[in-house]
Amino acid sequence: MEKELWKGNEAIAEAAIRAGCNCFFGYPITPQSEVPEYMSVHLPEAGGVFVQSESEVAAINMVYGAAGAGMRAMTSSSSPGISLKQEGISYLAGAELPCVIVNCMRGGPGLGTIQPSQGDYFQATRGGGNGDYRTVVLAPSNVQETVDFVQQAFDIADQYRNPVIVVCDGLIGQMMEPIEWHPVPKRNLPPKDWAACGRRDRDHHNVINSLYMDPEECDRHNLHLEEKYAQIQANETRWEAVHCDDAEIVITAYGTPARIALTALETLRAEGIKVGLFRPITLWPFPEKALHELAGAAHVRAFLDVEMSSSGQMLDDVRLAVEGQKPVHYLGHAGGVMPTVEEMVESVKRLEKEVK
Amino acid sequence: MKKEIIISGFGGQGGLAIGKNLAEAGMAQGFYVTWAPSYGPEMRGGTANCSVVVSDKPVGSPVFAHPTELIALNAPSLDKFEAGVQPGGMVFVNSDVVTDRVPRADLTAYYIPCSHIAEEIGNPKVSNMVMLGAYVAATGLLKPETIEAMIQAMFTGPKAKLVPLNIEAFRRGMTAIA
Repeated sequence: MEKELWKGNEAIAEAAIRAGCNCFFGYPITPQSEVPEYMSVHLPEAGGVFVQSESEVAAINMVYGAAGAGMRAMTSSSSPGISLKQEGISYLAGAELPCVIVNCMRGGPGLGTIQPSQGDYFQATRGGGNGDYRTVVLAPSNVQETVDFVQQAFDIADQYRNPVIVVCDGLIGQMMEPIEWHPVPKRNLPPKDWAACGRRDRDHHNVINSLYMDPEECDRHNLHLEEKYAQIQANETRWEAVHCDDAEIVITAYGTPARIALTALETLRAEGIKVGLFRPITLWPFPEKALHELAGAAHVRAFLDVEMSSSGQMLDDVRLAVEGQKPVHYLGHAGGVMPTVEEMVESVKRLEKEVK
Repeated sequence: MKKEIIISGFGGQGGLAIGKNLAEAGMAQGFYVTWAPSYGPEMRGGTANCSVVVSDKPVGSPVFAHPTELIALNAPSLDKFEAGVQPGGMVFVNSDVVTDRVPRADLTAYYIPCSHIAEEIGNPKVSNMVMLGAYVAATGLLKPETIEAMIQAMFTGPKAKLVPLNIEAFRRGMTAIA
């Protein structure tokens, strides 16, 4: 397959179209505006519907409507815009509607900055909306993965009738990198016989709703969701371990910091320092078991969590998984500043001396 | 082999395009490449830069503080990035815009009158192609035929008439080094 040079945001849009996305609703915000821009031209060409909504709140509710009618619906935004969508995401999760949401993260809180950040980890993995719900969160760390994960996201959403969030950061959205267009993998998906798209020959109306006036019924609904989330945890948890087999220091990172860490690994390994990288690919479900086991290995002495977040957000999940077996340290920047190879190298060296 | 290149200049000078051309040509020659732009609330006339990595191994960090080469299309860019260039690195300066010299003795500096050459050819817009030619000649990283094939592919249809102009600008840039 021939390699093509693509900008992250445009590749996200093209990937979605190739995966059969037929409804896109969005609103421009830096650093993801090329997603709706590309969609506005190319989705109608592919027979789909593009609407630039009047606001992010409108966009996510249009996703609710289209997904409820059985369409492959998508929206994208960046951090402050994703905050505005949280109510809608809770409703989508409650009504069990499949959709894909891309968050090209920028610095916060509030309007923050337009530069890359990972300050929305809590929001994505804990659920920024109300109620007991989970969304699958995929975290690519380069443009090829972004393309692949956006395409897989539609099938994951349809399989579990659940929103799937793809979190990248401003750098992935803005940068260009060679990619290959792989054939889109197709899962064996259940029919959307629940969709509210006309009564057809059914003996009943399909109703899309997240309201349960009877508390017993709402309890049962929540238990059903729990069972579904347990299935997702069992089937969809993904991670990558690089040089972890003999690592004394393990860097934990996702997205852009994880690829920066690969350069740090190269430098450190060349100096004989045994360092590895544990990279969660799904932030929810978090690869808790794999990280717990790694923490238990005799050769691992300490962890260094690296994020584009001021005091660490994934850090909580890393600590929960490590469960005190080994010390967990943190290196991070917020507000759009990226961790550098040099500071990762320095931090690992300092840590290595401390634990020896 | 790993080249980490920063290209910086005023918006509109074609610095980001030079970077994209380097990434495209590197990819065509089978290298791993990344192109990362600075982005911000820029306005016309403001400074814009991009970071390009061309490597024979997969690219880890697409951004870096110490480039192997700097292409400075204006004076603020030279000021900002010159100190970070790796010892033994190269600095390419558009000498029609930047009057300063590169003070560091451990760098190889090339002063290319890109704007002047582009005007001689008949179109000031191709000054970035002149600079691309200088970079290709000085580093030997990319084959001239790769760049020329890329220029052919870049301008098609009604824009095909721009191919000879751009190729000439590229070749004049190469000659400026020799």
